Amino acid sequence: MSIIYKNLTTVKDPLLYLKPIKHHNIKNGSMVRIKTEDGIRTGQVLSVSREIVVIQVIEGTFGIGVGTAETEISFLDETFEIGVSREMIGRRFNGMGIPIDGGDPILPEEMRKIDGEPINPTRRAYPKDVIQTGISLFDGLNTLIRGQKLPIFTGQGLPHNKLIAQIVNNAKVRSNEPFVTIFCGIGILAESALYFQQKFEERGTTRLISFINLASDPTIERLIVPKIALTTAEFLAYKHDMHVLIVLSDMTSYAEALREVSNIKGEIPARKGFPGYMYSDLASIYERAGRIRGRKGSITQIPVVTMPNDDISHPIPDLTGYITEGQVVLSRDYHQRGIFPPIYPLASLSRLMKDAIGEGSTREDHSDVASQLYAAYNKFLQIKELESIIGSDSITLVDKKYLKFGSLFEEYFANQGETERSFEDTLNIAWNILSPLGAGELIRIKKEYIKKYFVKRR
Amino acid sequence: MNENENQKIMGKISSINGSVIKVIGFSHQSIGDMVNVSEELNIIGEIIKILDNIAVIQCYEETLGLKLNAIVTNLQYPLSMELGPGLLNSIYDGIQRPLDYIAEITGDFISRGMKVNALDREKKWKFIPSVKNGEVVREGDIIGYVQEYALRHEIMVPQGISGTITGISEGNFNIIEKICSIKNKNKIYNQKILSKWPIRIPRPYHKRMMPDQPLITGTRVFDLLFPVARGGVVAVPGGFGTGKTDLQHSLAKLADAAVIVYIGCGERGNEMADLLNSFPKLVDPKNNHPLMERTIMIANTSNMPVSAREASIFSGITMAEYFRDMGKNVLLLADSTSRWAEALRELSGRLEEMPTEGGYPAYLATRLANFYERAGLIEIIGNPKRIGSITIIGAVSPGGGDFSEPVTTNTKRFVKAFWALDPNLAYARHYPSVNWSNSYSLYDNLAEFWEENIHKGWEEYRKAINYILSREGELSSIAKLIGPENLPPEQQLIIYTADLIKEGFLIQNGFNDNDRYSSPKKTMKLIGLFLKFYNESLSLIKKNIPFFRFKELEVINSIRRARLDVNNDNLDELELLDLMLSRDLLQIHRQYAELL
Repeated sequence: MSIIYKNLTTVKDPLLYLKPIKHHNIKNGSMVRIKTEDGIRTGQVLSVSREIVVIQVIEGTFGIGVGTAETEISFLDETFEIGVSREMIGRRFNGMGIPIDGGDPILPEEMRKIDGEPINPTRRAYPKDVIQTGISLFDGLNTLIRGQKLPIFTGQGLPHNKLIAQIVNNAKVRSNEPFVTIFCGIGILAESALYFQQKFEERGTTRLISFINLASDPTIERLIVPKIALTTAEFLAYKHDMHVLIVLSDMTSYAEALREVSNIKGEIPARKGFPGYMYSDLASIYERAGRIRGRKGSITQIPVVTMPNDDISHPIPDLTGYITEGQVVLSRDYHQRGIFPPIYPLASLSRLMKDAIGEGSTREDHSDVASQLYAAYNKFLQIKELESIIGSDSITLVDKKYLKFGSLFEEYFANQGETERSFEDTLNIAWNILSPLGAGELIRIKKEYIKKYFVKRR
Repeated sequence: MNENENQKIMGKISSINGSVIKVIGFSHQSIGDMVNVSEELNIIGEIIKILDNIAVIQCYEETLGLKLNAIVTNLQYPLSMELGPGLLNSIYDGIQRPLDYIAEITGDFISRGMKVNALDREKKWKFIPSVKNGEVVREGDIIGYVQEYALRHEIMVPQGISGTITGISEGNFNIIEKICSIKNKNKIYNQKILSKWPIRIPRPYHKRMMPDQPLITGTRVFDLLFPVARGGVVAVPGGFGTGKTDLQHSLAKLADAAVIVYIGCGERGNEMADLLNSFPKLVDPKNNHPLMERTIMIANTSNMPVSAREASIFSGITMAEYFRDMGKNVLLLADSTSRWAEALRELSGRLEEMPTEGGYPAYLATRLANFYERAGLIEIIGNPKRIGSITIIGAVSPGGGDFSEPVTTNTKRFVKAFWALDPNLAYARHYPSVNWSNSYSLYDNLAEFWEENIHKGWEEYRKAINYILSREGELSSIAKLIGPENLPPEQQLIIYTADLIKEGFLIQNGFNDNDRYSSPKKTMKLIGLFLKFYNESLSLIKKNIPFFRFKELEVINSIRRARLDVNNDNLDELELLDLMLSRDLLQIHRQYAELL
């Protein structure tokens, strides 16, 4: 027996408020069916008390009649679930998980709750295997590890879409294990969606799943689409032993949707109007990356975060950075100088690469070379600053070598354009550009590797 | 027992808002009571407020799917820790549920409603008494011990109990069996190994003492420049990517303490996995036991329930106090207290309390004090007389790396050492990225102990390095304007030495076997080399010997690499470098003595 409410009194888009009848044991978080004049909408209970139930309507509340008997609200007993299946690979869906590529509906293998449960920390396997993105600044200096969450911090007007498309198309695990990429568009522009679709089709979409929530789609959907994508990822990774790489673009839209709903609920804001629980909320998404002991699959996340006004201390990138295992930061300066991909090495960091690279995985010299590149590039920047003040005549011979190194680094190592490089290629290029420094300056590299790999200046 | 069953105090849920629920109908209730929420889901909660007979409860688990009017039972006891052997080598969530045991029951993901004992009830421990039948004991007295790995786990008489021991003998007991009775007039108390203590109440102690012994961390920048005392309190603030967690991990591995309590409070799951992977394999050099055997881990990762995160640091400190009361030195690492403060903020928001700065509740400072004040060097209640300590090193994650935010500023009020991590150093891969001008330590009373028991010259070296580093700070900005070559030679020497000290002393490489841990002797000998270079070069420069000669010294490269190349057990190599340095400086002196 289900109770049908017709006493809707308050609507604050996208929320509905109504008073429950006595002894109706409404479930927190349960799904709500809203029958309106023009069809059925779906909602979810956000909070409930004897006085008031707050419901968020996924499709928005526009046009829902108040005070008319036509609007009928009934509470279902279950919480939010979606049907998942291996058939989803190669398909395109909207933010609610409904196919939008003109194909048949999905026949679910299984129904899953979209909120997921936290992985028991004792059951986590520490991420140790690399993913090759084909990009030197990623693979060489900020290696992506299976099970890691490594965000891209970008700004408006930077070519992150191009970079993402390149990663989605080129990323591979170095073994023959099954590998799937999920692209989750959160509040992206219709034009960007088109761009991604074209780019992905260039390479074929047989191992890709897209979930697209457009900027014009309902706000609430933005809060749901990453959960749907991650639930699908968990199903593929832990049920079917696949390695899943999931790109969430863009988490700034997600966080803004969170703020919008929080604001309407009348919650007390913390920083910049964002709710105090934003850290926990973001964590509930990011922490779904990982590996589990004894299971073959893995979930790797690349969330994209647009830094409002390029401000890395803005709450969205800030809280993200505290949860994720490193960050890859795009640089406006690089972009203006025509370097692609414009990844700024010094601000970027992959926390998990240290244990995953090296012999048997990438190459024995990888860790030392990466450390040397960082140190040398950092020194180059200092010398460049000094040079701009005191002039190039007054700097020492050694300093000049660093200037040479720095320009090679930017021109050849960083600026690779849309080419694809293996780990091997990346490291060989690194040794080439280190060459002008001379072997004596390479104090972070073991002597045996210098002997083996150092390229004498031609 | 049956009578109790009938007297169950029950109420019904009248409101659910995130992890905060309201319950109507308790006939008896007090703040701090634990409750069982819903007979279907069995979620654990704690009463945190009572308004007009309505209990406001924070739930330690997700409330999704909880129903209005569901039944809530008041369990009428406060949230307490189980204390006894079995704590070491365990990993718990924020309210002391053993995560490895939960995994056995529910698999790879944590489900709700798990009621499990923190300590194993079956396992037998060999109890060896240290008092005899007929002896009179009082609260806090040690009556015997069980061996828990390398640790002598003392069994103590609980608070409020005193009397004559009867029926004590050596034997194998599980933790809930009676090991002896304590008879006082007509009352008989059955002593068990297991005891319990509520997490919000500090365990009482006899007397607080002034911390005057260093806690050796094996990290040079701390041991020499910003020391912490046993029983001291340190905050480690740093934005993301500055290496807070790696620093906490390395302290947990290397610091000199009998018991480590590591609280992963609202942090990353993969980092906890890293610790759990590496700790059982790493060996404590002092007793060759795996490091895990001196460690208690609390893992309440960022995606686990927020109320349990709030409780986690109090759970941790309660366990730490228990080991302190045995007369042990305990190190508590909390990563990160900011996540704890955020949990407090989130709950406060759900309670619709009036926020202060940054949305934090007005009682943030009070709660922080409640936590940090439980550290200290303590004279324990009971016989035999013993002293124990809890040192707290709490990581702080200031939003945007801005140290003026409320958690950092309030924490600063309660700590005596401040290890400020600097993103610019981290960008340059200078780890540990401790900024030497923003950090401080007020534990300068440790000099006496260092001079007498560890190594001479501690105070003097500190002064010398501080001088060089602070002078370099001033000079480097001038050098940037006019070029370092145009400074007077004395000043060039300062900049040069400071760079040497940074590269060869302050940076410490956690992946290098020689460098990971720096024994106090190595630390002192190493810095001695740099200071010798500085002092002797300075006196030669004053004799007009040009500065570039010192930069050309070949031994400098070996000194710079010494931290990586020289093992703690092989410090003779540093003596050799010392001799070589003397020889080379003498050579320069001679060359120029002929010329001048």
